[in-house]
Amino acid sequence: MTRLNQIELAVAGTMLAASPWVIYAAPHEATMGLVYKIFFYHFPSAWIYLLGAIVAGVCSAVFLFGGNRNMDSWALAAAEMTVLFGAMTLVTGPLWARKAWGVFWVWDARLTSSLIVWMVFVAYLILRRFGGPGSDKLGAGMALFGLASVPFIFVSVNVWRTLHPQTSVIPTLPVSMGRPLWFCFTAMFLLFLALLSLRARLERQRGRIEELYLAEDEA
Amino acid sequence: MRFCRALLCVVALLAVPGVVAAQPQPSPDEFVPVTEVPPEEQIPAINLIGAAYGFVWIVVVGYVWSLGRRMQKAEADLAALERKAR
Repeated sequence: MTRLNQIELAVAGTMLAASPWVIYAAPHEATMGLVYKIFFYHFPSAWIYLLGAIVAGVCSAVFLFGGNRNMDSWALAAAEMTVLFGAMTLVTGPLWARKAWGVFWVWDARLTSSLIVWMVFVAYLILRRFGGPGSDKLGAGMALFGLASVPFIFVSVNVWRTLHPQTSVIPTLPVSMGRPLWFCFTAMFLLFLALLSLRARLERQRGRIEELYLAEDEA
Repeated sequence: MRFCRALLCVVALLAVPGVVAAQPQPSPDEFVPVTEVPPEEQIPAINLIGAAYGFVWIVVVGYVWSLGRRMQKAEADLAALERKAR
């Protein structure tokens, strides 16, 4: 673990530990009351979920068309982050919806496409774990499909009629709500950077172990 | 024949109350709000917030722990193989 990773993890951990107090100080929303405070974890995890999918897709494209194996390690790490932060998004969202909408889930464009992209990355990880030789390139193709779906998830709330709030909500937030939101976002973003870097490093180490085993067999 | 027609009329007359009763009731013209939500329908917001935050924390701590274990194992394997290769 590098010094930067340690700093990122320490800062992210401290910020996440302090986040309940920061969120507690935020005012209640007029119509939803207390339950809207799930938003302070839901929104950052959702954005990092999409960021992870973008990183995984771009790194996969570079690996697929450029043959850079190092990029494959980053793609795998980013796919794991996508599944991790996607799980947070897909669990915190319905818990909020149960109170705000009266139901845990609706099959609208935003929720359904988010679930599908999350399942694409779960399938990617399963493929990479059990797929055997060639699964890296097949997985890269899947990650490209995940990347192509990200703009669809983003604009879906503005194009189709849905219960989910539109993307115009964030810029209109008052400072008293925006401050804790960006505090939580920064904490989760630092966590994402640290974990992404560590997971990519683990994958490079595994590659090196495989090379050493092969060299041992040949000798 | 006449008897059959009379019998049909009696059966039809007897069926009228049953058919009328089976008709769906007309719906009210406007939304009728409930004055009190049954207790089983009420979910305190704090439970949902606790579940959401708790889930996020468990996932983060669990993942960091899992990643740490995997990294320790990989580093140990790598060190052992490099010692062997020398």
